Amino acid sequence: MLMAVESPVAEAISRIPDPEVPVISIADLGILRSVEVDEDTHTVVATITPTYSGCPAMEAIASRIVFEARRQGYAADVRTQRSPAWTTDWMTDEGRAALERFGIAPPGPVVGETPGPVAVTLSRHVVACPRCGSTDTSEIAHFGSTACKALRRCNACLEPFDEFKAI
Amino acid sequence: MSDNATRQEALPGAAENHAGDHKPYAAYLLGLADDAMVYAQRLSEWMTNAPQIEEDMALGNIALDLLGQARALYPYVGSIDGTGRGEDDYAMQRDEREWRNVHLVEQERGDFADEMARLLWFSARQVELHTALAGSADDVLAGVAGKALKEVRYHLDHASLWVVRLGDGTDESHRRMQAALERVLPYLAELFDDDEASVLAAGLGVGVLPSSLHDAVVARAGRVVDEATLTLPNDSPWRSRGGRDGVHSRPMGYLLAEMQHIARSHPGATW
Repeated sequence: MLMAVESPVAEAISRIPDPEVPVISIADLGILRSVEVDEDTHTVVATITPTYSGCPAMEAIASRIVFEARRQGYAADVRTQRSPAWTTDWMTDEGRAALERFGIAPPGPVVGETPGPVAVTLSRHVVACPRCGSTDTSEIAHFGSTACKALRRCNACLEPFDEFKAI
Repeated sequence: MSDNATRQEALPGAAENHAGDHKPYAAYLLGLADDAMVYAQRLSEWMTNAPQIEEDMALGNIALDLLGQARALYPYVGSIDGTGRGEDDYAMQRDEREWRNVHLVEQERGDFADEMARLLWFSARQVELHTALAGSADDVLAGVAGKALKEVRYHLDHASLWVVRLGDGTDESHRRMQAALERVLPYLAELFDDDEASVLAAGLGVGVLPSSLHDAVVARAGRVVDEATLTLPNDSPWRSRGGRDGVHSRPMGYLLAEMQHIARSHPGATW
């Protein structure tokens, strides 16, 4: 991420929590692509990228950026960038650890389309239970509580949990 | 449901294109956006109506992805068709004849098997379409398509799982899934029609000829149908046409009435 070095306003913006998954910041999630600070005009240009096209949190994130910037005495211009498309590979290790502590299985590596008789393979990958670590887990539902998650169950400790889908 | 909503006089936002068009392929993009928007509206009807709560979530999430894809395109269309219209103008203030979506997406939802058959075909088309459009000469469209591609792959995966589960399930589920494949058949040919806007956009390297996607889409859906122990029906006695020219089928007016009722009852309202 391109960020102004040692800028309190950029720092404050990067620490903004994701509205849907508040244990992870928008920087650690890879949503915040850059923050450019102009100290002369006291303006900030923040570029964000949506996790999913219809992610309803984008508007909340944009207004929070404007709010945080204003608190520091800056005017913010928030730009949305779709290309290159967001990928869970942009999530930081710190962010992944925070998700796991919160009980959400972090995303695995992104796999492209698998050639085969039927490409119904996306859900047949190994996911470790964030609670007990067992890899004996199965999918309950393809779609979970938000667009970015699927719902799984651990067959060892029997707890259900969210999985952050790798895309 | 108010039929009057669709018979209202043309509102300012729905005016004909003014002079000052910037790019000639706005109609092509509008067709892409309208397919996504109308199908998002249909899919959202499943929330609280699906056979299980997980499906309420799944179809709601798929609808949300499609809605997001449409929202990404509408303001861009407004910037290149010379009207300066925004997303709400396109979604809420256009009458039936101004919508450019194919008939497949406007049909009533039917039973769950019908929806899975439609989602299978639509998503298979979307995967091939967005794969091609990710390399579009128009950077905005390429960006939207590159993003959407990840989403529609997941939609196709979801539909495939259900078609296999129902087709290779009980006698009853097999029979109903097969019947569903037959019911969507008349609407499939229209997906591959090379309409005027597509030909123009493809000629500019912006769009892709729908007919060029046919074989790959049929192959994708066919693999799923095979694994589901179902039969790909062919030779429908009739086929839909006209969606890209704004000529729609009976359910479209009702869909628009429901979708646009609030916005048209309170013109200019914001929240």
